[in-house]
Amino acid sequence: MALLQISEPGQSSAPHEHRLAVGIDLGTTNSLVATVRSGSAETLPDAAGAHLLPSVVQYHSDRPPTVGAEALAAVRTDPSNTIVSVKRLMGRGLEDVHHLGTGLPYDFVTGESGMPRIRTIAGDRSPVEVSSEILRTLKERAEESLGGELTGAVITVPAYFDDAQRQATKDAARLAGLHVFRLLNEPTAAAVAYGLDQRPEGVYAVYDLGGGTFDISLLRLHRGVFEVLATGGDSALGGDDMDHAIADWMMQQAGIEPDDDRSLIRRLLHEARHAKEALTDVDEVGVSVDGPGGKTWSGTLSLEQLNTLIDPLVDRTLAPCKRVLRDARIKPAEIDGVVLVGGSTRVRRVRERVAAYFGSEPLANIDPDRVVAIGAALQADVLAGNKPDSEMLLLDVNPLSLGIEIMGGMTEKIIPRNSTIPVAKAQDFTTYKDGQTALAVHVVQGEREMVDACRSLARFELRGIPPMAAGAARIRVTFQVDADGLLSVSAREQISGVEAHIEVKPSYGLSDGEIERMLRDSIDHAREDMDARSLREQQVEADRLQEGVRAALEADGDALLSADERAAILAALEELGRARQGADTGAIKTAIAATDRATRDFAARRMDAGMKQALAGHRPEDFLPGDQD
Amino acid sequence: MHTGLDKNFFELFGLPESFDVDLSRLAILYRDLQAQLHPDRHAAAAEAQRRLSVQMTAQVNEAYQTLKDPLRRARYILQLQGIEDSETDTRMDPEFLMEQMALRETLESAREDKEPVARLDELTAEVDRARNQRLQQLRVALAADDETALRQALTLTRELQFLEKLVVEIEQLEDELLP
Repeated sequence: MALLQISEPGQSSAPHEHRLAVGIDLGTTNSLVATVRSGSAETLPDAAGAHLLPSVVQYHSDRPPTVGAEALAAVRTDPSNTIVSVKRLMGRGLEDVHHLGTGLPYDFVTGESGMPRIRTIAGDRSPVEVSSEILRTLKERAEESLGGELTGAVITVPAYFDDAQRQATKDAARLAGLHVFRLLNEPTAAAVAYGLDQRPEGVYAVYDLGGGTFDISLLRLHRGVFEVLATGGDSALGGDDMDHAIADWMMQQAGIEPDDDRSLIRRLLHEARHAKEALTDVDEVGVSVDGPGGKTWSGTLSLEQLNTLIDPLVDRTLAPCKRVLRDARIKPAEIDGVVLVGGSTRVRRVRERVAAYFGSEPLANIDPDRVVAIGAALQADVLAGNKPDSEMLLLDVNPLSLGIEIMGGMTEKIIPRNSTIPVAKAQDFTTYKDGQTALAVHVVQGEREMVDACRSLARFELRGIPPMAAGAARIRVTFQVDADGLLSVSAREQISGVEAHIEVKPSYGLSDGEIERMLRDSIDHAREDMDARSLREQQVEADRLQEGVRAALEADGDALLSADERAAILAALEELGRARQGADTGAIKTAIAATDRATRDFAARRMDAGMKQALAGHRPEDFLPGDQD
Repeated sequence: MHTGLDKNFFELFGLPESFDVDLSRLAILYRDLQAQLHPDRHAAAAEAQRRLSVQMTAQVNEAYQTLKDPLRRARYILQLQGIEDSETDTRMDPEFLMEQMALRETLESAREDKEPVARLDELTAEVDRARNQRLQQLRVALAADDETALRQALTLTRELQFLEKLVVEIEQLEDELLP
């Protein structure tokens, strides 16, 4: 029997131009964009040469918002219109925000959904819109520097982000006009930057100490599957705390009384930060500060003194390390490598203590500020189809269990945590009243047994159930989590075959109407035309589809299609091409849907052929013992 | 339409419907199926193909989790044979229930023991023995392929579920006892 030759699905066998793709690290304090150029990943600087973009957005009454260093400079002068650390607000409800909110100088108002908005001089803005300004800035930076339109991006999110936070991140990208290939977990991205995905297997710790947050994640790599074993951290611990410790010591040495002199404290913190950074290269550094009354104090900060000052802070990072190791039932000695992420891991004492705790020298030769963006760029390059021979495949897991509310405020788990995604589970429901035609379902995320202790994800109603006696209907609801960790729900009444209508109302997300309105708003700002924008979106989608179908035809058309079937697909493609040339957005949409329909069977056959190939492409020696799970 | 979506888990992996599964082979097949089907492999493809890729990858993930675990595999085989565990029929062998009660008492008393960790280790060994014994019996029962043997297999899966729950409780207590 002749074996069919089948190329990697979704990838063209013909040489093609290099597609522009980026990795974006959307951080709490700073954000970065990186890309792969001539084989190596690098972060892209702005016109002034700065790679880090401060994640700060300032709104104005008379002009579009400013983002980055300029906005950061306005934090003190215009606090209520200058939004910092918006990442902490993503996918959160008003109650959570008040909980976080000590010291947040913003006025919050509620929107039509549960998502809070910040009152600014330019109008009410949701965290999603604020984030989209940061993403837009990075997108423009990349397009200018690469000289073309981006095909897509990989955006990183913390491993512990729940569905609402991931959805909010994806919505922000959509507002910024970015096509998201994939949301990638930050620790996984860091591991990829170090090429750990190339190794056969191992357990790795990713130690991420930033300016104001600390995260520790344990990953297990097993046959190309990256599994997040456990995550932990401290959302209020970072390099800023080291600066405060040094500043306190300087005040003590200089005999300055702690008071409310904001400008003095600022100067002290600046000097402290400077000294901390200098001590990564030298063993002592001169420090001085102009105290009250014009008196200048000068002294010396030794490395030893610095270590004494920050040791208690490093101890506070090791406590969550211990906890995650215990959660994962892993001993420090079983860790095969430690990856350092975040600017504060440049501090020598941090490296020493981490090395001592895990018993191995940490991986630190990639700039810890850029390592996440670099890993994301490497995956974006693969997903854009620029590396057809790459075997990289990152399988993530869902970080939290997904369940539904049942009687008595309890939860029933549907998809347990750490399930490899994508994952789908079906659950059967029935009616409890005669003639009942609707059913309310409440989806929650979390590990606890009571609904109130979990995060509410969404509520939806199944409507259109045919009236039957109580308990007679069999409604199968399928919960599907995609590769980005995002949930979708579908339902079907088993006896009548009626597809029930589902309206998912995200508890802390944006409704489609809100996104639509935000798109309009953001376009007003960019002085762009809404119609032009949606036309462009459909054209890009049409191009992507044409290219995808052509590549598929070229690879498998001869083997899998009859002449008639091929002709039907070509006809749909031709119609799509014609619509694409015109300026009728609706016509392109229709042609896209028609092409999608025309290729459905072909897609299924390609998948089937791919499976056959996976199962057939083995020789007996592949299954020798010693490879036991 | 002939997609993997209507295949059973064994067919999906091209394996015979049997309780005996070569785990190393299963793991390799899983990886290779993922390499073909995963949405990341279809990022540039048409919408229909991407949607299908998510569904099929989810199916392969579910199949892998089921076939990899002996108890879940056994229950799945019984389900394919039309033998479902009904919630109304919860009769258990009295002897087994007595044995369970004894094991649970040991677990409870371990908390007050002078050397609780050592007691728990002994208990774990005992539960492991009980599990392995039933897994062996399960293998024989599932190979026999007659109604009586399959009914017996169903009973064994229930007992194994009890034992697995006990393992979880032992682990929880171990966590509590650790400093």
